Amino acid sequence: MIVEPIVESIKAAVPGAALEIVLNPSPSAQHSIVVDATHAVAVAKHLRDAVGLQFDYCSNVTGVDWLPKETSTTTKVKRMVDGVEQEVAEVTKTSTPGYFEAVYHLYSVALRHGPLVLRMRTIDREQTHMASLTPVWRSAEFQEREIFDLYGVHFDGHPDLRRLLMWDEFTDHPMRRDYVDPDDYEYEPTAHAEVLERARKHQEGAPS
Amino acid sequence: MSSTTQGILDVSAQPSLIEGDPQLLELSMGPQHPSTHGVFRMNVVLDGETVVKLKPVFGYLHRNHEKIAEKQTYLGCMPYTDRLDYICSLTNNWAYARAVEELAAIKIPERAEYLRIITAELTRLQNHTCLVGFLMQDMGASGTPLMYAFREREKILDLFEALTGARMMCNYMRFGGCRVDTPAGWLAETQKVIDAYPKFLDEFEKLLTSNEILMARTQGVGKVSKELAVSAGLSGPMLRACGVNYDIRKVDRYGIYERFPFRVPLGDHGDVYDRYMIRLLEMRESLKILQQAMREIPEGPIQDPATKPRLFRPKVGEAYGRIECPKGELGFYLISDGTGTPYRFRVRPPSLINLTILEDMCLGATVADVVIILGSVDIVLGEVDR
Repeated sequence: MIVEPIVESIKAAVPGAALEIVLNPSPSAQHSIVVDATHAVAVAKHLRDAVGLQFDYCSNVTGVDWLPKETSTTTKVKRMVDGVEQEVAEVTKTSTPGYFEAVYHLYSVALRHGPLVLRMRTIDREQTHMASLTPVWRSAEFQEREIFDLYGVHFDGHPDLRRLLMWDEFTDHPMRRDYVDPDDYEYEPTAHAEVLERARKHQEGAPS
Repeated sequence: MSSTTQGILDVSAQPSLIEGDPQLLELSMGPQHPSTHGVFRMNVVLDGETVVKLKPVFGYLHRNHEKIAEKQTYLGCMPYTDRLDYICSLTNNWAYARAVEELAAIKIPERAEYLRIITAELTRLQNHTCLVGFLMQDMGASGTPLMYAFREREKILDLFEALTGARMMCNYMRFGGCRVDTPAGWLAETQKVIDAYPKFLDEFEKLLTSNEILMARTQGVGKVSKELAVSAGLSGPMLRACGVNYDIRKVDRYGIYERFPFRVPLGDHGDVYDRYMIRLLEMRESLKILQQAMREIPEGPIQDPATKPRLFRPKVGEAYGRIECPKGELGFYLISDGTGTPYRFRVRPPSLINLTILEDMCLGATVADVVIILGSVDIVLGEVDR
């Protein structure tokens, strides 16, 4: 899809929305639009309802974890070394913070076009709140729950944000890139251990 | 057995009635219940025999397929896709191959395209046949329809075994083609199966379609409106049973589907009976596609010589590829960082997303109806939990 006219249309309909186009260098040429979390719901509603766009079908919601990146650039600088001016290579390191991303693939059943790729990002990996688009597309309900479960991203405005695949007592988020596997796969912090403990106590106290 | 929805839906709109009401009973259906088609659980709140709340519980078969894929090569992910929806491994292969082909703009030789269509449509045949058998089993038609279905399915699985070496875990497709060519006589055997299939479908339909009990149990049960179906992202026969004309084979025209004239069956009511009928009608259309593909399949190479699957390293970028698999829209979303392993590998599981509105479908229905509504969604837990 050509995203520029869509961006223009959003800018006209949702003033103040911070939009950014991310080009996709692969042959698939599925370029995407990044939208800020504050205006995401308004933008999504516009995409769904505007005549000519009508992206009524949210097919796929994906969570992505981007780790902080360190890039080093080498520049030649003139400097006084032992009283003589010399060219010295200087390495400057810049680090860009990591972030979580939710990627929505939108199609239009009515007009049969798509996919439009809509992205939402957190500021960094500490602040994990985003806007939920479940009120706009019901199909995001389970998929956002899955991202919450596996990445720990909180979708504000989601009607029922619980873990989907891991059990409720589980504390980590296994799809994060820095997730460390547990050493002991046998251990499961489920009610099972508690039940066993209670049973053991019961057995001990019971008159033999 | 029939459901009366309107009055009871009003009750569920008031959550105070559910909380602390001694009339209500909370029941856990599954994970070992045979009607849940695997390890799937529904927490159901019942008022007598009527469902007033239903929360599905997932994850019993979760192995984090997507995380495993991030540590594999692109080719190494292919056998894992077989295990998603283990009834239709060939369409899973195709969906993943299509995503990779989108990512790297790979061309597919003519004969491979035909082999893909033939195997995919055979997969659709056996999946729908099986599903109808399972649905009847759930409804209490113990044995006969399911065994008829399995007898036919086994003929198709024999073909898969002869072609790929495995009945179910086929691992057949590659980026830019297919893994092996057909063995001698395979096409003739396939032709025999395809020619005999309409007779079986006639017999099957005679047995079931106008059966009074089937109609009484399924008509008007588990209704979904058009608008909700689209909003909830339903796909495949579930979506078309609601009357929404959206078949990815027609919309995206992937592969060589535009050469095949076939019709897209649509439902009127969006109930269980329509979902059952859509599947039977889709099988007839699949047979048409198969007949034409068998006539036209050319000789030639089956793998694009420019693509080396083992040393495959796509350029930086991303792609979302999807196909119409028997259960709905199966999509793969890949992000490449230029190395030999995908940075992000996402499966869009139709079985999971079709369950999004399970509660909406079941509210006001009886426990016996919940079983057949779930059966008509056509889920495979390998794909739901991944």
